[in-house]
Amino acid sequence: MNTSALVVMLTTLSLVTGLMLYFFYRVLNTPPKPEPDSFLGNDDDLTRQNVAH
Amino acid sequence: MSANKESWGSRVGLILAMAGNAVGLGNFLRFPVQAVQNGGGAFIIPYLVCFLVMGIPLLWIEWSMGRFGGKFGHHSTPFILDTMHKGRFWKYIGVFGIWTNIAVAAYYCYLESWTLSYMMHSAFGSFNGMDQNGVAEFFNHYVNLDASTMGIPYEPIVFFLICLLLNTWILSKGLAGGVERVAKIGMPLLILFGVFLAYKGFTISAGVDGAINDSSVGLNFLWTPDYTKLWSPSVWLAAAGQIFFTLSVGMGTVHCYASYVRGKDDIALNAMSAGWMNEFVEVVLGGAILIPISIGYLGIDRVTELVQFGGLGLGFKTLPYLFLQWGPILGAVAGMMWFGLLFFAGITSSLAMGTPWMGFLQDEFNWKRKSAAWSFGLIVLVLGLPTVIFFNYGVFDEYDYWAGTVSLVVFALFESILFAWVFGMKKGWREITSGADIKVPGIYKFIIKFVTPLLLLWVFIGSLVTPKGGDWGAALSGNWVLDDSSIISKIRNVSLKKDLANAIAAMDTEKIKHLEDTLFFVNASRLLLVGVFVSIALLVYIAYKKRVREGKI
Repeated sequence: MNTSALVVMLTTLSLVTGLMLYFFYRVLNTPPKPEPDSFLGNDDDLTRQNVAH
Repeated sequence: MSANKESWGSRVGLILAMAGNAVGLGNFLRFPVQAVQNGGGAFIIPYLVCFLVMGIPLLWIEWSMGRFGGKFGHHSTPFILDTMHKGRFWKYIGVFGIWTNIAVAAYYCYLESWTLSYMMHSAFGSFNGMDQNGVAEFFNHYVNLDASTMGIPYEPIVFFLICLLLNTWILSKGLAGGVERVAKIGMPLLILFGVFLAYKGFTISAGVDGAINDSSVGLNFLWTPDYTKLWSPSVWLAAAGQIFFTLSVGMGTVHCYASYVRGKDDIALNAMSAGWMNEFVEVVLGGAILIPISIGYLGIDRVTELVQFGGLGLGFKTLPYLFLQWGPILGAVAGMMWFGLLFFAGITSSLAMGTPWMGFLQDEFNWKRKSAAWSFGLIVLVLGLPTVIFFNYGVFDEYDYWAGTVSLVVFALFESILFAWVFGMKKGWREITSGADIKVPGIYKFIIKFVTPLLLLWVFIGSLVTPKGGDWGAALSGNWVLDDSSIISKIRNVSLKKDLANAIAAMDTEKIKHLEDTLFFVNASRLLLVGVFVSIALLVYIAYKKRVREGKI
């Protein structure tokens, strides 16, 4: 392969593979969030945007 | 409250389903052809830039809109968009998020059924002993509904029905029990098959098994950068377009899947993980199969000729023949892997297309999951049959153009404006970062508010009034002649009418008849698509009135 094609290809493949693995690793190693309890799970401001408040 | 009690079984399942939604046949058939046609290795620069400033923002926008709507019990875009602003008009923009999926599924399931059929033909050795023209003719006979080599009457219709039944059955099993399970099996297998074929693509040696070039020739062809192309708006437009198709943004499927995410759960990291997984499949695997193998056996000139007709021709008319150069056993295995990989890429996307319609019926009309799934199957069958029967009259391409191309840009443009400017960036940013397991870079506040909508607007205008031959220089200097591929020329059927005029001048009666029929079917399929859009909008209106009556609004 010519040098410029090789450089572009290797840079791209490593970047894309590296980022894919990094983010998937983060997903696998992030502890799950606790189930919402009756208080914490309902403290969102759940108002539809057309309702005046 | 909605009867819809679906949920995802696991986080990994959600990400694989979301990645499966994004990974489609285009990852393997469209991306390499786009790269070759737009500057080789230099295409990757605008492509990755567009991914960063348009793809990732749109993923975050759609994931957060979906999760936001899900908190109110909405699982399809009409009422997800409706919760975001007081304007009643937005729910009709949300119709795009159901319509696009139904219309795309109608032709996509047909495409998917080809892969199923070709898998079987590879396994049974239907291509053995055929030369390259023979394999190409096999495809032409197939789409013409000619006699099947296996004696199955109307084989394409049979496979279309099998494919549709399979999709409907899986959808009727629900999100965790159907869609997620298929993604957990399909995605790893797709990657496994892709890695095997990529390995073969990287290790072709000239003179072995009839190869005329080493892999390096094909890889040079694909990756050698032509930096002069970086200054061409057409290349940037092609890169932005590819990002759209590959991520399945602007469709409504991401919103739908994300609406089943719990309100406190992360979406920022999930979106990045699914998005980069799609990029891996497209750039790393997709770039290592089609072009290097084709060039290895056919040479650059022949492949340059073939890519003018797109990736479908290479994938279905050429690769089955090339695989057989590896011997009957390995050729059959490679054929099964290639079409198996395309099948998994297809089915994980077509399943996603069913969920917005099902979510809408379950939420608004309290339909049971099974009934909703079968109604989707029935609609896709009715809408899809014209693409099968009148394939040679441009119906398939017409669906693809309006539903699978133009509609995505229009919907994405609207949703980015709604999210950043109407809903507001302050609330929008809170939605993106709420529960996030990664730190979202602050620069994205600016990108989502200004860069993404402007880029989308440019893509839309660029497609609406594409200058002849993509020559923006001439267009901007005052000589703006529309290209036949521009949306305006397409609406006016300019290309078809030119062909018809030429056929009339040449007094080619057979061609005149075919083109007149094509013109009729093209216009009829547009009317059909408009009719489907209006019907869904009407259903949204009925659902809205029902909500008002029931005091939900």
